[in-house]
Amino acid sequence: MSTLIAAQAPEARSSSGFRFVMLLPGALVTFLLILFALGLVLFLAFRANDGSLLGAGFSLANFLTVVSDPLYWTVTLRSLIIAGLVTLATVVTAYPVAYYLAFHAGRRRGLLLFLVTLPFWTSYLLRVFAWKIVLAYNGVLNSALIESGIWSEPTLAFLNTPAAVVVTLAHAYAPFAILPIYVALDTIPKSLLEAASDLGARPFTAFRRVVLPNSMPGVLAAALVVFVPTVGDYVTPAMVGGPASTMIGTLIQSQFGKANDWPFGAALSVCVMLVILLVVLVARGADRRFGSRT
Amino acid sequence: MKAERAGMNRDGSWLGLYVLGYLVFLYLPVLLIPLFSFNDSIQAAFPLQGFTLQWYATLYGNPALSGALANSLVIGIIAASGATLCGITVSYMDLYGRSPLATAISTIARLPILIPGVIVGISLLILVNLVGLGPSRVAIVFGHILVALPTTVVVMRSRFAAIPRTVREAALDLGASDWTTFRRVMLPLSLPAVLSAFMLAFLISFDEFIVVFFLAGTEPTLPLYIWSQLRFPRSLPTVMALGTVILAVSFIIAGSAEILRHRGLGAARRVSA
Repeated sequence: MSTLIAAQAPEARSSSGFRFVMLLPGALVTFLLILFALGLVLFLAFRANDGSLLGAGFSLANFLTVVSDPLYWTVTLRSLIIAGLVTLATVVTAYPVAYYLAFHAGRRRGLLLFLVTLPFWTSYLLRVFAWKIVLAYNGVLNSALIESGIWSEPTLAFLNTPAAVVVTLAHAYAPFAILPIYVALDTIPKSLLEAASDLGARPFTAFRRVVLPNSMPGVLAAALVVFVPTVGDYVTPAMVGGPASTMIGTLIQSQFGKANDWPFGAALSVCVMLVILLVVLVARGADRRFGSRT
Repeated sequence: MKAERAGMNRDGSWLGLYVLGYLVFLYLPVLLIPLFSFNDSIQAAFPLQGFTLQWYATLYGNPALSGALANSLVIGIIAASGATLCGITVSYMDLYGRSPLATAISTIARLPILIPGVIVGISLLILVNLVGLGPSRVAIVFGHILVALPTTVVVMRSRFAAIPRTVREAALDLGASDWTTFRRVMLPLSLPAVLSAFMLAFLISFDEFIVVFFLAGTEPTLPLYIWSQLRFPRSLPTVMALGTVILAVSFIIAGSAEILRHRGLGAARRVSA
């Protein structure tokens, strides 16, 4: 017994050095670049803009402006509606794909999984740019419709609308939604499906009562990973949205650019993070109701 | 039973058609970029005006473009190295460190998924100004390590978790120190995943626009260069030619990363067998 302890002693000693070295990079990045940087945003949100980096005084003025000016309510509501529609569209269209991958794809599963995730690794800017050339006045869609004789002259109705933002974002974030749903569907025990059919459930009933509830954690995770980046997006509104689709991300970006009011931009960011926190909590609650397996 | 199976197959084939349509929707808009990059017209519109390589020729001998490319490559390699290092250490300690700190770090490291890019950008902008760095290439590297971190952590974590626990325990029982076990056993076994994580992190950095927009000083990256060119309708074809090259490179790198990841998992299964 004593030799065992003696043998372990040097390992224990090297262990603390090892732990320090292994924990250091992650600790630096997470505490400094994530937590401290987010703390700075929170701090700045309660400061008044006096042109200096960290502002002056302590005030709630930024938040009062956000709450009292109807412009920010309009833009926030619009961002929520656009992000909500994008999330709904992406999740609903992705579900059948994930379902096919999990239950019907067979030997093609690997290839199909690769094909649906590949666009995820291509430039987001280029995917948005592609929609700009599709929807433009003298762009692909207009010219194709005229060429095929469906329309006689080009329409301005495609570009610079909130609908263009929804379609472009839904396309840009489509690959995000499939994977979480697929993983949830794939991990449903096959015995559950057999039990459902043995007990006489018809395929649709089995889907509604067994498959769908069991895949809800994946659906919620998918909704979250689509909702978060879209609600704060400023590139797509700028490219295809026009002035009628200004989103909350656009306002934040301009506070750190042209408008040059960093404390106010920080306050807007804090509001966005609060909204996201709320959505995460709602998703968590729903997840628990469905009996999360993750 | 037989009828039921036929029903399944019919559902399957309908779904198969849907999946095909979905893939077309996914790829068609993106593939328009290569299509019109070979089109002999300044407009991206039908009918096609004939084949040309002139837009690709405009890519050569463009100092602003090659400067942006060099920036993107250097930043991509450094940021991917940083993110991969963090991904390896964070996920290894999360799985084997048995400390609340390691678990907390791993949780926080995956947090950027829940933060919109614009907020990551402005929080780092405030930080780098506070420490006196200002918008610069170093600032971009920080930003891209952060954006790539959730991916590298997830890739490395699933890889380490796929190595049977007995392998590590055997190494420790035979007297290898923690450090030796990590360096001589666990790291070599997950090398394909390390390469895969590195390549994906590089791609994320190389294509990243939302965060870099706030952190770039006087030296733009490639996506920022593209953004600056989008204001000029005349340079649209050049952007499409450049976009085509970038898409091709992204497809190749992402494809290789995927192959490496699968090879890695195959190796893990052989070890456990």
